[in-house]
Amino acid sequence: MNSLYAELRWLPRAPQDFSARLKALSNLPGPLGRELQSLALPALDLNQLTKLAKAIDKARGEGKSLAPLTTFRLAVLSNSTIDMIVPALVASAARHGIALEVIQASYDQVAQEALTPDSQVNRAKPDAVLFALDYRALPLKLSLGDAETSSVTVQGAIGYLQALRQGIKTASNAVCIFQSFAPPVETLFGSLDRALPGTLRNHIDKINRELAEVVLDSGDVLLDVAGLAETVGLSDWHDPQLWNMAKFSFSDQFIPLYADHVARSVAALRGKSGKVLILDLDNTVWGGVIGDDGLDGIKIAQGDARGEAHLAVQRLALDLRQRGIVLAVCSKNTDEVAREPFEKHPEMLLKLDHIAVFQANWNDKATNIRAIAEELSLGVDAMVFLDDNPVERGLVRRLLPEVAVPELPEEPSYYARILAAGGYFEAVAFASEDLKRAGFYLDNAKRANLQKQVGGLDAYLASLDMTITFQPFDATGRARIVQLINKSNQFNLTTRRYTDPEVTEAETDPEVFTLQVRLADIFGDNGMIGSIICRPDGAGVWEIDTWLMSCRVLGRRVENMVLREILAHARVASIRKLIGIYRPTDRNKLVIDHYCKLGFTKLEEQESGLTRWELMVEGASPESAPMKVVSNGFSVLQSERAIV
Amino acid sequence: MDDAQIYAGLAKVFQDVFDEDSIVVTPELSAKDVDGWDSLTHIRLILTIEKAFKVKFSTSEIGKLQNVGDLVALIKARS
Repeated sequence: MNSLYAELRWLPRAPQDFSARLKALSNLPGPLGRELQSLALPALDLNQLTKLAKAIDKARGEGKSLAPLTTFRLAVLSNSTIDMIVPALVASAARHGIALEVIQASYDQVAQEALTPDSQVNRAKPDAVLFALDYRALPLKLSLGDAETSSVTVQGAIGYLQALRQGIKTASNAVCIFQSFAPPVETLFGSLDRALPGTLRNHIDKINRELAEVVLDSGDVLLDVAGLAETVGLSDWHDPQLWNMAKFSFSDQFIPLYADHVARSVAALRGKSGKVLILDLDNTVWGGVIGDDGLDGIKIAQGDARGEAHLAVQRLALDLRQRGIVLAVCSKNTDEVAREPFEKHPEMLLKLDHIAVFQANWNDKATNIRAIAEELSLGVDAMVFLDDNPVERGLVRRLLPEVAVPELPEEPSYYARILAAGGYFEAVAFASEDLKRAGFYLDNAKRANLQKQVGGLDAYLASLDMTITFQPFDATGRARIVQLINKSNQFNLTTRRYTDPEVTEAETDPEVFTLQVRLADIFGDNGMIGSIICRPDGAGVWEIDTWLMSCRVLGRRVENMVLREILAHARVASIRKLIGIYRPTDRNKLVIDHYCKLGFTKLEEQESGLTRWELMVEGASPESAPMKVVSNGFSVLQSERAIV
Repeated sequence: MDDAQIYAGLAKVFQDVFDEDSIVVTPELSAKDVDGWDSLTHIRLILTIEKAFKVKFSTSEIGKLQNVGDLVALIKARS
């Protein structure tokens, strides 16, 4: 069975310290809202949801503040057992910024509670009443082949629901949340059950259709349980054994999913849905890296499997924009390079006109997202951020916890699906004003000014548990080295292209110093992310002939660690001075200040823009970064490595 | 699975379901011995055990369970 929905795969997995943090809540004075929302954020199983709900109720009972969660009082009426669902509702609501109080009526007292003006539910004056009814609650009788009687049955069911609604509206004027009905799996004929009037399936189809219309007109809320059951599979949704034993409407495995859907509707009622979709570009909106692969190399073509997956993301983004969600871009790229596909690629569905704010630069994404929010005059809690890179997702989740960041699977074909599954843009109403909202931001594709940098970056980098591995060029790495040397355009100081035999020459020449750099972190191995070649340039001098790195690991101070490694080897080889060269191309403006930032002194600048720099080896001590260093394959130095 | 493994697994499940680290799982342990072990919690307990041990019990088997000893015998028979 596809676990995407049952396991709420758009949410991160529960951390190891969940139980410990829950227990620690009793020692916190409050306000507890942020910690509760943080605890509720990951995908939690039924036991975890139950424990979290208990903690929330306990805190409320002790009079502790749950701010900044917004209070909401929800009464739940059902013909089935909901005792296990109620705690899941409370805990899931916290995930969406709601401090939920549930008023639970006794089992199967739906009509009594709704129609009696001074019932427990009506006296409680809830904000909303959820009619958690399944098809068994409806007065449905088979009338096979009899269209007239079947119509009466359908109207009877709708009439019943409207009477319930009327009872609530008159007594407490609460918002009414109705559920569509998941039909039973069993059919009498087979396919004919759908078409023939008077079968259970036909009845329920018609009831669902009419209920949807009635609810849309009346301004109440529809929770599409029929749609949910359809999505996960009717045969998994219904569990006959659980109904028989304990009167559960649906399988316990979907309680976390159902609870999240109810929470989304409640949050939408309180205006807490996402309003902006912020898109990463490389490997999210197209396949590949624009800076390295160029317009011809990125994958968005129809007919290309990878390209189609990313086009689906673009299509979903455009459709969301059509319903009023604002689109923004947040990409680690040079601005002109990032804009190029929007302006020139024939297969791009997204154009610059569709993007309200376009942030492409080399700063961290948390600072950029904050700038986007300020530019749009919206809170960061209205932002939804889509990025294929788990490191970036982790960074934004940690530094800007109010931003919604869906988890993405490895396979891009599922990106669009999982973004939609997350329900970040849930709405309970749709007005024509919504249609206009995305177009409201004139001056599209603006660049927002970066304000103060968001704090916590260093701590986040340290939490990545990075290991950087240095080795000289060797036969095993050669193919990848040649690839990097010929493919890298952006983080490439001199853009010298070498053939395989030329790389082999550098590898085997004892006067030439080479480095292949690998980086691993908690998310996995990034593989080879850098190649360096230093050649002798007179006695005691190395010229850095080649320095290139993958843009994927920018912002982690890998450059500093690379320079430290070069210097260590330079000292052993009695090198006094390093010479760095920057040869400008139309793609590598990114590294124009590379040597300056590393403490080199500029020697000259030519008319072409080429710059030469020097660094004296003695006394040079570039700042280190929080990562473990492994040095392999060098003859002398291994024993002298200091692990940072 | 041997008895020791089953009891160890059950101890974890009980602690998780009842949110109590102090529960000692013995063969005689039954609903009357634990605070909060009502019929609903019993269902949640059974569902958690089924997931943890990757087994499925029939309605009549569940109906016949009197204590943890019966449960352990059932799990052993299944695995």
